[in-house]
Amino acid sequence: MSEGTLYDTVWDRHKVADLPNGQDQLFIGLHLIHEVTSPQPFSELRERGIEVPYPERNVATVDHIVPTRPEGRERPLADESAEGMLTALERNTGESGIQFYGLDSEKQGITHVVAPELGLTQPGMTVVCGDSHTATHGAFGAIAFGIGTSQVRDVLASQCVAADKADVRRVEVDGRLGPGVHSKDLILKIIAELGVDGGVGYVYEYGGEAIRDLSMEERLAVCNMSIEGGARAGYINPDETTYEFLRGREFAPEGEAFEERKAYWESIKSDDDAEYDDVVNLDASDLEPMVTWGTTPGQAVGVSDPVPAPADLPEGKREAARTAQDHTGVEPGEPMAGYDIDVAFLGTCTNGRVSDFREAAAVLEGREVHDDVRALAVPGSQTVKSKLEAEGVDETFREAGFDWREAGCSMCLAMNDDSLEGDERCASSSNRNYVGRQGSKDGRTVLMSPAMVAAAAVEGEVTDVRDLTEVDA
Amino acid sequence: MSDDGGDDGVGVEEMKVRRVAGTGVPVRGDDIDTDQIIPARFLKTTTWEGMDQYAFYDARRDDDGELNDHPFNEYRGANVLVVNDNFGCGSSREHAPRALARWGVEAIVGESFAEIFADNCKSLGIPAATTDPETVAELQDFIEANPEAGIELDVVGETVTYDGKTVDVDIDEAMRGALVQGIWDTVALLRSNMDAIDGTAADLPYVESR
Repeated sequence: MSEGTLYDTVWDRHKVADLPNGQDQLFIGLHLIHEVTSPQPFSELRERGIEVPYPERNVATVDHIVPTRPEGRERPLADESAEGMLTALERNTGESGIQFYGLDSEKQGITHVVAPELGLTQPGMTVVCGDSHTATHGAFGAIAFGIGTSQVRDVLASQCVAADKADVRRVEVDGRLGPGVHSKDLILKIIAELGVDGGVGYVYEYGGEAIRDLSMEERLAVCNMSIEGGARAGYINPDETTYEFLRGREFAPEGEAFEERKAYWESIKSDDDAEYDDVVNLDASDLEPMVTWGTTPGQAVGVSDPVPAPADLPEGKREAARTAQDHTGVEPGEPMAGYDIDVAFLGTCTNGRVSDFREAAAVLEGREVHDDVRALAVPGSQTVKSKLEAEGVDETFREAGFDWREAGCSMCLAMNDDSLEGDERCASSSNRNYVGRQGSKDGRTVLMSPAMVAAAAVEGEVTDVRDLTEVDA
Repeated sequence: MSDDGGDDGVGVEEMKVRRVAGTGVPVRGDDIDTDQIIPARFLKTTTWEGMDQYAFYDARRDDDGELNDHPFNEYRGANVLVVNDNFGCGSSREHAPRALARWGVEAIVGESFAEIFADNCKSLGIPAATTDPETVAELQDFIEANPEAGIELDVVGETVTYDGKTVDVDIDEAMRGALVQGIWDTVALLRSNMDAIDGTAADLPYVESR
């Protein structure tokens, strides 16, 4: 078992008790709530007569079902089911004394975008949410993982979960990312290398030069997709980048209190001689922009690399590759560059942050979205949106021909009106290319970085963004 | 039925899951994600009503919306689901095992499960047992050739019995303990430590004293 890692230290500090089934009872420092996985737990608590003991350690927003057209957000929502979920969340948080950022709040947005930008997520915390992308918050050096609805109920009822301690795998990434290559490319590469189930039973500790160099927003994108690699959680040890990001945020400590808290943050970092259950080494120096060719995030290649032939893959992966290529309609041996794109989608908890839109805008500047492409820009939160609008970035998107929307999960999983139609192929900054994920069972998703989505939108086909941009070497 | 362990049939006793016996339903394929088990559009609800209709909804229908030969159409009444590798990956949605359970699934045997999915199964009292790919393939072949044949998962002894033979399977120790002891509904368990919870919280620098 691991020893001396951040994971060990934070786990120990949050462990309440040994449970009779052999699991640990873990105190949860921050529970994020949204409308999809919380109605049933609140109903059950009501039936059992249980009050939420730590309402101040719970924060809610609405993200999955919200319409992203400005004119679609009036109440009641046109979609009765969506309205019912929103109403339930309003009532449940109101009755429990839980902070709720609703559609009328300028802070509303995707949970995993909102909590970091408000300074709610901090190093050395335990963070859970009824959403698998809770892994995002590990970017701060928190232990953050997704839970099911029954566990949401457990947290509301006790501020704890029953949990098994995982093994810790250090993912050491050396080298520096080249121009036009982003953290999304890095995490797609890690998943392609280690497999979509490679992380089952592990949490990933990301480290090394390439990780250290990343900004907080880029780190959030890496940790976000830990779950696509099968790891329930991933984290990065906190450092000055983390602390500088937190300074001045609404829920971060101020002044002297900040410096005091920093001592705790420093104390939970992995020791230099920490022991890991596994270590893997990667080098990011020659990494290309990555794109997926199949129907899992692990089926990814460099944009100019040939799509693998199923026969060339290990035996256990051939059948899945054949089925996937049948669905996506790509030919082995050819690169993904050149395949037509019908839809371009920017946003989500993976890549819906300010820096993601800036990266894309740099590509869009002075260019237009291809005639055959419908392009959607959906900021991850209202805060992201207003920041971009203050900078004039929204104008770049509008002038290029993007639809500029309100904050929500949108076409990542199509629980609102934003959805693929038929067998449309979508260049997407989201995290999952599963069959049917974007709302059409025949729809085809090509995962890529925001800059690559912008390039695909302009060219109307999968394109190496480095061919479009004059990159700073 | 999934319960043969109750002494008096009331209280926590009725939550013990020691044995699941019935017939099997094979669903083949690696990395079957929760979006396939239940598409996101069916999550727009505040209850668990009707989830059974949505299990594998898109895979169970042809282009005209007619039911096809998907196992969930063909093996009605089965309760032991047999799957392959990394089943239930992707979204944390508990709606996925809920949909399977409401359709009739009481136990799952597979090569491996995504962690959140397995946790969700435990929360619902559904044992998720793992075994090697060859054993899974044999079991799937057997069920397809003998859809009416009995299959039994012994949660206590970690075995599956079918076709007159018994094979070993693994059930995660915490899951097995929770099911066998009937403590998979963890609310009361966690709340029984309220003082210790407050103690742990009070020692955390980021939790304000109360």
